[in-house]
Amino acid sequence: MAILDILVFPDPVLKQASETVTVFDDEFKQFIADLDETRLSAPGCVGIAAPQVGRFQRVALVDVSGNPKHKSNGYMVLVNPEIVEWEGYKKGREGCLSVPDYTGNVMRATSIVLEAQDVEGVTQRYECEGFEARAVQHEIDHLDGLLFLDRLVSRRNDLFERKVYKK
Amino acid sequence: MAKWFMLTLVGEDRPGIVAKLTHALFEAGCNLGEASMMRLGGNFTMMLMVGFDGKAKALNDVIAPVSESLNLHLHVDEINAALHTHLEPDVRISVYGADRTGIVSEVTGALAESGLHILDLESDVAGSTESPLYIMHIEGHAAEGIDSLRAALNLMQDRGIETSLEEIDTLLG
Ligand SMILES: [Zn+2]
Repeated sequence: MAILDILVFPDPVLKQASETVTVFDDEFKQFIADLDETRLSAPGCVGIAAPQVGRFQRVALVDVSGNPKHKSNGYMVLVNPEIVEWEGYKKGREGCLSVPDYTGNVMRATSIVLEAQDVEGVTQRYECEGFEARAVQHEIDHLDGLLFLDRLVSRRNDLFERKVYKK
Repeated sequence: MAKWFMLTLVGEDRPGIVAKLTHALFEAGCNLGEASMMRLGGNFTMMLMVGFDGKAKALNDVIAPVSESLNLHLHVDEINAALHTHLEPDVRISVYGADRTGIVSEVTGALAESGLHILDLESDVAGSTESPLYIMHIEGHAAEGIDSLRAALNLMQDRGIETSLEEIDTLLG
């Protein structure tokens, strides 16, 4: 096991798209284990993507189960993930291991359905809501060379987001 | 090492203020830090951290020709400051109501007593001259938890001030 070095913006490689994973061998599984150890070494970190440690493959890990108030699928290994359904939009605050000392507001879909292969290469389907859906979208962005900085919306003039007017 | 100064500039708004001022600072070898700039009531207001290798007087002399040409009041303070000391807000509060004397002090007083540390506040007066509407957004840290803030806001609600509170759950990924 090893904690890997996190690449930090403005390292330009963070803006490059990653490639499809085709080989699910022991080396790949070892990498996944190291990637999660790296995530766990950062307090409060709920997701990490392979390109953040300089491996440009479409793999991300998400686990928001550390906070029981978040609805969660537990620990998810997302290999070649694809979001197949989106619903709703909400603004929320994000930070990133690759962008230290800054947080900002980003719009994300509030619920998604996603398909991804697991560490063995078997396709799985997940339904994610709220905070977990946000984390998945943040990580998949990394696979496409996008950072939350690319999606910032203003902090100012917030709407009353909690008020829901029923028809 | 350069010291940090807080520059405050206020004056009648016009296009090009930021470009002209930051150009003068750049020419003088200054470093810019965190800043907040905004148009308030037809005035342009700027507060910015400037790193400068010299005394306040020297920095003042660098900026004065530009600020005078733009008709801006200038104030320079040497400050004890550093970058990368952000505090993360964990709560966002919005308030609105018919504008009346004391609304801000009433709301912020109740929130302060309930443990709110304000990190960012902006407010506006909308509506019309006859019936002004006061709107305020606050981001802060709830030192005594969210529930005590909710209780304070519920009391405001009874006095005709609309409030909403949202926890900020910052994602790190
Ligand atoms: Zn990230």
